Amino acid sequence: MTAAHQTPNRVDLPAAKPFVSSGVLGMALFIANEAMFFTALISGFLVLRAQNPSWPPADQPRLPVAVTAVNTLILLVSGWTALRALSNSKREEAPHAWDRETAGRWLGVTLVLGLTFLGVQGFEWMRLIRFGLTTTSSLYGATFYVLVGAHAAHVLGAVIALFWIRRGLLRSSVVPRNAESIKPMVMYWSFVVVVWPALYGLVYFG
Amino acid sequence: MSDSAHASSQSFITKYIFSTDHKVIAKQYMFTGFFMALLGGFLAYVIRMQLTYPGESIPGYGAINFLQYNSVVTMHGTIMIFWVAMPLLLAALGNFLIPLMIGARDMAFPKLNMLSYWIFFLSVVVLIASFFVPGGAANGGWTTYPPLSSAKYSGGQWGVTLWLIAVALEFAAFLLGGINFVTTALNMRAPGMKLFDMPIMVWMQVVASVVFMLSVGPLIAGAIMLLLDRTVGTGFYDPAQGGDPMLFQHLFWFFGHPEVYVIMLPAFGALAEVLTVFSRKTIFGYKMIVYATIATGGMSFLVWAHHQFVAGIDPRLATPFSITTILISVPVAVTTFSFMATLWKGKIRFTTPMCFALGTISLFLLGGVTGIHHGAPASDMFLHDTYFVVAHFHYALIPQVFFAFFAAFYFWFPKMFGAMFNEVLGKLHFLGTFLFMNVTFLPMFVLGFMGHQRRIANPQMFDTLRNAQVEHLHFIATIGAFGLLLSQVPLLINLVVSLIKRKAPGNNPWQANTLEWTTSSPPGHGNFETQPTVYRGPYEYSVPGAAQDFIPQNVKQ
Repeated sequence: MTAAHQTPNRVDLPAAKPFVSSGVLGMALFIANEAMFFTALISGFLVLRAQNPSWPPADQPRLPVAVTAVNTLILLVSGWTALRALSNSKREEAPHAWDRETAGRWLGVTLVLGLTFLGVQGFEWMRLIRFGLTTTSSLYGATFYVLVGAHAAHVLGAVIALFWIRRGLLRSSVVPRNAESIKPMVMYWSFVVVVWPALYGLVYFG
Repeated sequence: MSDSAHASSQSFITKYIFSTDHKVIAKQYMFTGFFMALLGGFLAYVIRMQLTYPGESIPGYGAINFLQYNSVVTMHGTIMIFWVAMPLLLAALGNFLIPLMIGARDMAFPKLNMLSYWIFFLSVVVLIASFFVPGGAANGGWTTYPPLSSAKYSGGQWGVTLWLIAVALEFAAFLLGGINFVTTALNMRAPGMKLFDMPIMVWMQVVASVVFMLSVGPLIAGAIMLLLDRTVGTGFYDPAQGGDPMLFQHLFWFFGHPEVYVIMLPAFGALAEVLTVFSRKTIFGYKMIVYATIATGGMSFLVWAHHQFVAGIDPRLATPFSITTILISVPVAVTTFSFMATLWKGKIRFTTPMCFALGTISLFLLGGVTGIHHGAPASDMFLHDTYFVVAHFHYALIPQVFFAFFAAFYFWFPKMFGAMFNEVLGKLHFLGTFLFMNVTFLPMFVLGFMGHQRRIANPQMFDTLRNAQVEHLHFIATIGAFGLLLSQVPLLINLVVSLIKRKAPGNNPWQANTLEWTTSSPPGHGNFETQPTVYRGPYEYSVPGAAQDFIPQNVKQ
């Protein structure tokens, strides 16, 4: 028997323990795809901005930088509360104990903060439209609504998903012993939170 | 078996229609792909007839005007790439083979898998509906460049809008599929199966899925902006409003070129399995093929602008993209030459799948070599948008989408349907397809060198093309296209006859090593009666001193 054809004998192996759970891996792949989507939108924005010297055009309203700064803060806090739902062990208990009611409360706070973010943004959009910034008023308006709107649509999707995941977590007849079941959701929420400051910086200060 | 009892207790609807079983979903994708291939083939027939007999009524279609011709060309390309190549090579083969080859009971997310098919089905419905809306189907070319696809030039019609929606749905379906493929292959392998014990097919599906997932986002972004341009009236691609039509081309080809490899890699995966089994030799350079595949996938993101050499991009940009384009042929050549080295001194068995696999390699070489002409801007300037390009990509795509898929189809047919096909009909199918493929597309290289543009509805309207030689070459190509379509008849007969006769193939008709051949044909619900354990690599054929010339992966010795 030549060595080239030989596979070293293996002892019976238990099923290989996955490096990460399937839910986490699947979500990571989905987030990679989403990241490429936003990268493309941002590069499109940069290309169009570079080709239009008067940016923003003189006759277009300025964007509400200050209100959105507060809104950014709200979203960042929601990212922190979402992460708290993953690790909420109380000091007096075992170091890795995880309690679904506490996690549910943190997710609830996250949900409210996410909705607040969307509400503030919707309110600002209505004002901007009244001042004359629309998708057709200028390319400046079009890129604003597409970039910020794409993000808002993702937040909205994440809010709806979060609502159902939280409901499922609290109502499940089997009490989960760890945060594994909500991990993909928190990952996605973190992604939506992390993308925002980049968009805010580019679009509002562009 | 409790599992099969469970399976038979399922209703017809959960078992065959809204099934979460990867094998059923694979068949759903495959038969949908076959149906769409017939539609795409019919459109090819319309194109050939119009080019050979311009202006005359086409049997089965009627007289065609220039706008309709644009629609037919657009939809032929769209259907063959997105609704034939993708479902057959990626969805059907990936769904059927990944869990079976790695010894898993099903996909990691069976429900997402079912959702994937039904979103895909919806995309088919939307696409077919677009033929019947006012103004007809999309007519801006399969690349839908603005301004051809903008509201201004394609009218306020529904065609392009429905096209964009159908493509978006299709991508959502393959995104769910891709997440499933990668997660399943990484997390659900049988005990003992290391990454480098996975059959090459699984590697190819994984890399193709990753490439797809990372490239599709930009196209979706571009498509959203195009949709808004058309419906809301934004000006992303309209220079009059400060927009830039080139932006769409970049976003499209950032997806579009990796897509070439998304289609190619699963086809190569099929070749790796078929060539090795019928050469009765271990595969040449397993790890080298895997590394070359990963390199191909990575580099496929750096070549896209070679589609735009004549579109007005900065010449300083053309050179680096030319270099990467020619460079990517290195890892592809590594894979192709490894396949040929696998054949070297093998005990070759000329079965139908083997014939198709060998056909793939020989035809794909011509497609690959003529790609070099386009990678170099100097020659691309002249050949761009001519029939040379048409011939090139048909020589690159048909071997993969049809020859490699048929190799896989005949190879796994016994496993998929629990029936053996007829070898004579299979070989007839191969010979006809191989012969007429060349009759159809070889003349197009010549037409391209003569300066014949793509996508023109009537060559006789151009002084340079109004001559007997052009007519003659078009006539040959049309004969070839008829032959190509007729050559598929043995396939249909074979499918029907073997499914009626049901000659039982046994578990392992080809004496192959990979795990899918260790279970029954077709595998029951849950795939394996007992969880297989893997003790060796997938390609241990003709091992000196072994009792048989093959050692399946689950044999402990």
